[in-house]
Amino acid sequence: MGLVARALEAAGVPTLCLTSAYSITASVNPPRAAFSDLPLGHTVGRPHEPEFQRDLLRRALRAAEAMDEPGTIALTGVSWDANGSWKRRATPTGVESETAESESESGSRSDTRNERVDVPQYQYESDRLAAESDA
Amino acid sequence: MGVPLDGSSPVDYIALTRERYDAMGYPPYQWVELSESPPWTPLSRPLADSTIALIGSGGAYREGQTAFHWKDDTGVRLIPSADPATDIRVTHFAYDLEPAREDPNIVFPVDRLRELVDEGVLGGLASTALGCMGGIYSVRRATEELAPAIVAEVTAMDVDLALLVPV
Repeated sequence: MGLVARALEAAGVPTLCLTSAYSITASVNPPRAAFSDLPLGHTVGRPHEPEFQRDLLRRALRAAEAMDEPGTIALTGVSWDANGSWKRRATPTGVESETAESESESGSRSDTRNERVDVPQYQYESDRLAAESDA
Repeated sequence: MGVPLDGSSPVDYIALTRERYDAMGYPPYQWVELSESPPWTPLSRPLADSTIALIGSGGAYREGQTAFHWKDDTGVRLIPSADPATDIRVTHFAYDLEPAREDPNIVFPVDRLRELVDEGVLGGLASTALGCMGGIYSVRRATEELAPAIVAEVTAMDVDLALLVPV
């Protein structure tokens, strides 16, 4: 998203990137970013916790309003929990289950990403039918 | 694990990915590194008077639209932002989709942004939100296909701020 943010900003549109992957955002160096300390796949917070999500967005937006330095990564102060214990199970694709952690400690390491297939990957079969009937 | 974590510092996904790729015998993943100062357009008005466009790269599409495929899909889905998040679907090869499928707002916060407009935090929400799939391994295709497509859509909207939500 850093590449997209830069392109938008060059075209005259101010941007704010949310992020929960600090190192990746720092590497691509977008104009404005706001970091929350959350597991991957939860950029705006926990499912079905609307006030948690709104609070994160309000903090990020207010931080953006105050930025005057290109490349700023503000810290929203929002985190998953007080002790950050989920980070011991963090992987490049999310968070492993407690069981997977004990398996991985025994030495096995596998590619947890899905295969990169080049046909549409619908959430539901009914989505496929709806899309194909619209086409 | 060679990645130090004390619970308070952010997870270093670049180091974690490097470690995983090494363990699987893959060559190192090449992250985009852009050290030069990014382009900058100042905000033109207070947020409370600003119209905002939502762009999510977590693979959001709307029921009825063609889903993303998982191999460098540089397509963009135009999603009416007045529709509830329950109409949003997500697909992506590189993160655990379960939580986002339970509540798409955690990667595509349309319901929350509408609420912030109602609260007066934001002036308005662009009528179209953009969904794309961020897992594009070709920097060339992200730069030459995805970014210009998003720029064309967003500049046509006349918005004051674009909110980008990656995963």
